[in-house]
Amino acid sequence: MTDVAVAIRDLEVHYPLGRRLFGTAPVLRAVAGVTLDIPRGAFFGLVGESGSGKTTLGRAALGVAPVSVGQIRVTDSQGEVFDVARLDRETERRFRRRAQLIFQDPYTALSPRMTVRDIIAEPLELMKLCKTRDEANARVREIAAKCRLNVEYLRRFPHAFSGGQRQRISIARALVTNPDFIVADESVAALDVSIQADILNLLKQLQRDLGLTFLFISHDLSVVAHTCDHVAVMYLGRIVETAPPRRLFATPRHPYTRALISAIPSLDPENRARAERLTGEIPSPVNPPSGCTFHTRCPMARDRCRVEAPQLRVMADGHLAACHFSEELAPPGTTEPRSSQGAQ
Amino acid sequence: MGGLLTVRDLTLRFSTDEGLITAVDGVSFDLEPGEVLGLVGESGSGKSVTAKSLMRLNSGNARYGPESRMHLHLDGEDIDILALQGARAMRKVRGDIISMIFQEPMASFAPAISIGAQMVEMLQLHRGLSRKEAKRRSVEMLERVGISEAARRFDQYAFELSGGMRQRAMIAMALSTRPRLLIADEPTTALDVTIQAQVIDLMKDLVREFGMAIIFITHDLGVIAQTADRVAVMYLGNIVEKGPVADVIRRAGHPYTRGLISALPKLDDLDSPLMPVPGDIPSPLERPSGCVFHTRCPVAEARCRTVIPETRQLRSGHRAACHLNAADEVAL
Repeated sequence: MTDVAVAIRDLEVHYPLGRRLFGTAPVLRAVAGVTLDIPRGAFFGLVGESGSGKTTLGRAALGVAPVSVGQIRVTDSQGEVFDVARLDRETERRFRRRAQLIFQDPYTALSPRMTVRDIIAEPLELMKLCKTRDEANARVREIAAKCRLNVEYLRRFPHAFSGGQRQRISIARALVTNPDFIVADESVAALDVSIQADILNLLKQLQRDLGLTFLFISHDLSVVAHTCDHVAVMYLGRIVETAPPRRLFATPRHPYTRALISAIPSLDPENRARAERLTGEIPSPVNPPSGCTFHTRCPMARDRCRVEAPQLRVMADGHLAACHFSEELAPPGTTEPRSSQGAQ
Repeated sequence: MGGLLTVRDLTLRFSTDEGLITAVDGVSFDLEPGEVLGLVGESGSGKSVTAKSLMRLNSGNARYGPESRMHLHLDGEDIDILALQGARAMRKVRGDIISMIFQEPMASFAPAISIGAQMVEMLQLHRGLSRKEAKRRSVEMLERVGISEAARRFDQYAFELSGGMRQRAMIAMALSTRPRLLIADEPTTALDVTIQAQVIDLMKDLVREFGMAIIFITHDLGVIAQTADRVAVMYLGNIVEKGPVADVIRRAGHPYTRGLISALPKLDDLDSPLMPVPGDIPSPLERPSGCVFHTRCPVAEARCRTVIPETRQLRSGHRAACHLNAADEVAL
């Protein structure tokens, strides 16, 4: 059995929308029944469009989203098990040290009134992890060096830095308490491609050097393909497919995954095909479609899909997909006869 | 020449408390009617500032260099963009001939005015249509860009639409006046890949249908490969390379362009490491001497630090500004 760092079982996160005098208020099911294991030391990618619930799932794993149903268990490297949905104050303090978040936008995540040293040291001070200021300074310098930040930068304020350097500051802040589980939510989405590669390489290196477990949330499949060793694809609060990236790209087993892959703009100007565009947009999670929630945009939807919700099942090549007709799906790049084109 | 737009030696500085900042440094390019020109570069490369200067939309502290020339050629008429004076004259480049769509459509629609009212105002102002005719044309445009129930959407506000819908509405508004040149500033960057693909398809269809020229600004070379005819790569206010899109991507002549390409994650080769362009783009207050890219260039030599490289022709229509091309590329 592999060592599981994060075990999520039947997780549901519901947000009630307003109150009703009579009847039940509508509920937004941001996460609608997710079961997932993240192995220790994995770089686990979570992809999907905006509104698919990937951020909520990441927040739930850190214990900052309200868990309505289900369980999340995070086991740290010392063997302590945290039942994330039900943390008491004392265990929550220990958990915060072990699990951290890296934000998307390095421009808004850093306080403009604090020096880089204070930004990185703040978690240490709040959690009282260092007895003296010298000890904190030593820890800050150590982690800054690991994140390839110049020690001279520590006395400056964040406005003096570019996006890439700011993101390195955010990473250092997240790692300063020596966590072993990191949720990185769109951590390279706001960066230029030239810098994005640098931050991705840094995250990978830190993961190897410090033995971290990553939940890497991204809307960009090509980034996920290059960095992650496992990928889960989310749609409307559910996981529709999970596989190692190579297999996912070679033989996607869900039409949504296939459409996401074909939507990535090709660097080859000759290849301007548009055979497999998804039509329409992601439906509202307040009122999701019946049956398979993807059927409203699916090119191969049939009557069965409108009534019966598919379960995640194990495919012949070992990966999981939730589609009634997975076996009929052609690999990406091969054109299937399709009628619809362009917008709705 | 039958071109639509000629830009020659465009230099633009901003006077700030910290001194004169050079945002654009001697940029020249042409645009044919119906042509899609991609403008790529990192944040801070001057691509947006260049495009905005075509509509004279840069802020009051912008100083144009004396040798800068920007001309539009339309049906025998020649418009000197830099000579335009006053808001009424500038309307020519701000909506009559040139339209612009932005990255964040939420910020480009007035939040308290319905989308329809904004579209009607634009058509009344720039095309002198009656209110009724303007409404008819607006609804027709909304339908054309794929917005369902266009007549109902016409009365809605920007916040009521999803991100993809808003960007479609933005495109509908920009194209309703039938501009000859559309400036698209990162129009798909804030969208999901699936929606981005739809918007790119839509823009390609509209180019074919309306025959306008587009300046497509993005930092994503993949998007450029999918949309543009020609591409210009900008770095620190200079165009370092330009040429037909296929040629530039396959046989890039400038180390910066090669760096941008190798930084992109490639789906057909998951084993190839991601290669960042080392370092950060320098502050415009501290422009490097010689070749502006030498501080980050993997192949820089001594002369790159002192001598500004000439722009050389590599192949037909493909030019790059790098000292090393003379020996390397011509030998190919």
